[in-house]
Parts: sequence; C-alpha cells; structure tokens
Amino acid sequence: MPDPRFTRRGLLAGGAATVAGALSARISERSPSTGGTALAATPPDTTPQTPAGSATEPFHGVRQAGVATLPQAHAVFVGLDLLPGTGREAIGRMMRLLTDDARRLTQGRPALADTEPELAVLPARLTVTFGFGPGLFAAAGLGERRPASVAPLPRFTIDRLEERWTGADLLLQICADDGVTLAHALRMTVKDARAFARVRWTQRGFRRSPVTQAPGLTQHNLLGQLDGTVNPRPGTPDFDRAVWVNDGPEWLRGGTTLVLRRIRAELETWDAADRTAKEFTVGRRLDTGAPLTGRFEHDEPDFDRLTPAGLPVISEYAHIRRAHVKDPGMRIFRRVYNYDEGLTARGHSDCGLLFASYQADVTRQFVPIQRRLAEADLLNEWTTPIGSAVFAVPPGCAEGGWIGETLLS
Amino acid sequence: MTVHRLLPAGLLAVVVAVSAGACGAQPSESGGAGAKATAPGAASAPASPSAPADAPPLTITDPWVKTTRKGMTAAFGTLVNNTDVAMTVVSGSTPLSPKVELHEVVDSGGKMIMRPKEGGFVVPARGTHPLQPGGDHIMLMGVTKEVKPGAQVAFTLTLQGGESLEFTAVGKDFAGGREDYRPGTDGHTGAGHG
Repeated sequence: MPDPRFTRRGLLAGGAATVAGALSARISERSPSTGGTALAATPPDTTPQTPAGSATEPFHGVRQAGVATLPQAHAVFVGLDLLPGTGREAIGRMMRLLTDDARRLTQGRPALADTEPELAVLPARLTVTFGFGPGLFAAAGLGERRPASVAPLPRFTIDRLEERWTGADLLLQICADDGVTLAHALRMTVKDARAFARVRWTQRGFRRSPVTQAPGLTQHNLLGQLDGTVNPRPGTPDFDRAVWVNDGPEWLRGGTTLVLRRIRAELETWDAADRTAKEFTVGRRLDTGAPLTGRFEHDEPDFDRLTPAGLPVISEYAHIRRAHVKDPGMRIFRRVYNYDEGLTARGHSDCGLLFASYQADVTRQFVPIQRRLAEADLLNEWTTPIGSAVFAVPPGCAEGGWIGETLLS
Repeated sequence: MTVHRLLPAGLLAVVVAVSAGACGAQPSESGGAGAKATAPGAASAPASPSAPADAPPLTITDPWVKTTRKGMTAAFGTLVNNTDVAMTVVSGSTPLSPKVELHEVVDSGGKMIMRPKEGGFVVPARGTHPLQPGGDHIMLMGVTKEVKPGAQVAFTLTLQGGESLEFTAVGKDFAGGREDYRPGTDGHTGAGHG
C-alpha cells in the first residue's frame, strides 16, 4: 500500500502533510493510474488527496514533461550514441519503443514485458524526456532539419571539457521523486535503447525533495548558494517565450533545446574563502539569497549602487551582474541538479552541478550569457565546466503518437 | 511432434526431445488457412450473439514478440474475452514463420517442459488468458526474417468456430522466455543451450 501520509496537495502546499484518517480509505480505493491522470490536469486546491508515490505527471501533451515540471528529487541524464548503421527507420523504431515505455511507466504501469512490474506501481512523478543531439540528425539523414544552434557550443576559455561527459546523439532525461522508481525506469528504457545505441555517459543528480523543502523555493547548491533565483516561472508568458520554440523548424515547434553542462565545484578552495568573499563573488547573500543591495531574495539587484568609497556594491565581476539578462523572454531556464560522486582517498569530494539549461534558442540565449561569464566572473575560480552537450528536445505527443514523430516519420 | 524440455533449477538450458504422442495442437497450416478465410483488417473475431454490440468479442492487449535473428521465438500478450461464453484459440499464424504452435509450459516430473497445448487456449467468459514467458505462448517455429526491436509483426489467431483475431505485435528485446532456439533444433533431434 502506498503511504497515505504524503499527499499531492501536501507537496504543493509545502512539505509533508498529514491526512485525516477518514481520507485514507478513499485514497486506497483510487487506482494509481486514474487518480494520477485526474490530478495532473487539475489545479492543486481541488485535487484529490493522493499519496506522493502515486502522484503522476502527464505524459501526453503538446510539450514533453520534465521541463516545466516541478523538479523532482532525483534525476539521471543518459547520453547515448547511435550504433553504426542506425538510420532513420531504426531510430523511429527505437523512439516508438522508448515512448511506449515512458507513457506506461510515468503513469504507474509496468513497461511492456516488464521484468519487475512491481517496481512500476509507484511512479512518484516520474518523467522521461528525450533529446536529439547533432549526431542523430546526421544518422537519420536529416541534417538539413537540425537547428543551427543544436551543435557543440563554441569553445570557452574556462572549459576543461572531458570526452566522457561531452556530446551524445540521444538524451534520456529521467526524473522522479523516488530513487527506486528512477532506477527501474532507467533500466527498462535503456534495455530498449541498447539494440540501437551505446551509452556514452550517465550523469546522476539530486535536489531537495518536495517533501523535504517546499516546492517552488530556490534551493541551495552544494557551494551553499541559492541557485536559480532569476529563473522564468513555468506557466508565465516570459517562460513560454524563453523556453518553447515558437518559430524556426516546424517539427520543433512546442519543443525546446537543452544545454547540459557538467560543472565541477572546487569545494576545497571554496572552503578557504570566507563568507564575505563568497558573497562578493556571487553578489548575493548566502543565507537569504538577497542581492548585496537588497534585503530579500527577489529584490531587484541595484547594479548602480556604490559603496562610500565609490566602488560598485555588486562587483563588476560578480556572478549575478555577468549573468544578468534584462529581457525576461531572453533568459534561460535552469533546472539544475547537484551531483556528488564520492570522495578521493584524501577525502576530497567530486561534486558540482548538472547545469541543465532550457531555452528556445541556444545561440541567442545561452551562448551570450556563457560568453560573458567565461570572460569575467569571480565564480570561475571555483567552478569548472567539465562536460557539455546540446540537444533539441522535440515536442510532446498525443496518445498513440511517439516522441520524435514530427522529425522522423 | 515436438516437446521442448526446459531444465529446472533456474537454468535456461533447453532440451528438445522427440515425443510423438504428446501433442494435440492443430497443425499450423490449418490455422493459416482459417485466418485467410476471414476478412482482413478485423481487429477481433466476428461478433458472437452474446457480445455487446460495441465490444469486440475477443481482443488481445499488449501483444509483443521476442526479437530474434532467425529460428524460433514466441509472442505474448493478454487475451481478453468480452463475451459470456468461453472462447478457444485453436491455432495461430504470422507471415514471419510458416509454422506456428500454441504452447504451454508444464511441470513434468520436476522438469518444466514446453509443449503444444492440447485443445488450444481457452479464454473464460468475461475473463482473460495471459500469454507470457514461462507460461502459455504463441510459438514461432521457423522464423524466416529477423524480428527487430520495435518491428510491427502481424498475427492471426483462429478460434474454434473458425473466426479469427488479427493483431500486430511489437518486437521487443527480452532475455527470458528462451525460445530462441537455434535453427535445426526445432526438428526432432535433441539440442540444448544455456
């Protein structure tokens, strides 16, 4: 039985909520799939109480889930390279299989021929999102339909890219609020992909769970910074303009693009910096996330304010000044996860950010920001991009459809 | 006729043995003929008197076929009877294999053996009948063309009354249900693998 203490409404209201016993009976009568489908389309204040494990995100729709979706606690990004000779027809077969897996698993149903069907019954807001890298277009003979900016990023001086984290033909992005659910979805989808592709990299990440910290709040990254304050909010016109493709190639309308950067955090040297230096580096307070010129996280930074000595309060080279984009529709949408891959023998950690940035156009939105940061950002001292990959994220599909059909069919 | 013996204790080795009297399944040739006699494109058998007007009498959900390069493989799914009378599938056919049998897996003296199912698959009234690895399945004895992952493979099942159920199964990589015997082992000589 799913635990009835955790509810969807509770999640949205900010943390674990206790449900009156009277509700439990009603909850247990609901099948996970019907309950989940119904609640996904309904505003939070009218949703039926549903255990968090049974909560679902809709699969079908104009857009793929996993972008505007409230970030789940766990994520795995898998970069796959197509096997030689895997062309358009084979890629289509693969995407039909993967779409079928995703549509079942995200709704709490076992995949076709699921070897562990019991692991599928608690979807925990599972989403499976697909992205197409430059190599997929070439393999399918559809190079002319590849958006120009879906290509390796220009080289930045700060980059220390490692082959093992860079590039890929196909992306699987799997997110869930539960690690077991995630592992099962990863297993079932990759089993269907491996006749067509080999795994180039696997990148696992985590955030605070919506039952640990109220969803919608900006979270601290492993450097201790509130990360993501100036982020378009899903459901707003600014978000729609910044993230979804509304022009350009017809097949990508309703889709987006993803830049996935693996950014190592240099925690040992960061430890040596004092709090004042850390806050000066970013331009925000570590505790509240408020700009150095304000009191609250969402106060507008005053980039013109000077100290009594006549120097900018927010440094010319502070991260938030260098990253600032005036037009909200030209911002990038960050849906970041922490990674922590363990310790060296000396106890040094291998950790950082899986910096997942979604935008309608990589060249127009992502590249200018990254260029400014690469030129001068105090934070560069403690962060190092070691992986980079760019994908087109196709639109969603209807029941009976499949992800990628607008390009491949 | 052929009996495939599945060795117990979790081993996937298979021994194919000759057992002349063990099978009561219909020859696959008659199944193929029966299917052709029915109007193509039908998603299910023709309506029986007890079936509601809108529900097809017999359907199959989640049909899939295990991928193989050639030789033997099997198809699975869940047969659903929407009528008030039991329905019996007596044979099957697919363009992929000239010989198709309806198989069961049974315990015979401590050994799990696979053999043609006498009388076919009986789907109870308003009930279901699962076809799954380790249980009843549609056996393709001599696949002539590679079944690739994601392939759409046409099947026809023929019912006792001569009606047929046509469906498309999707090719799926699957490690279990080791019906992927090498060609030649579907004959009458014992051969194992594991």
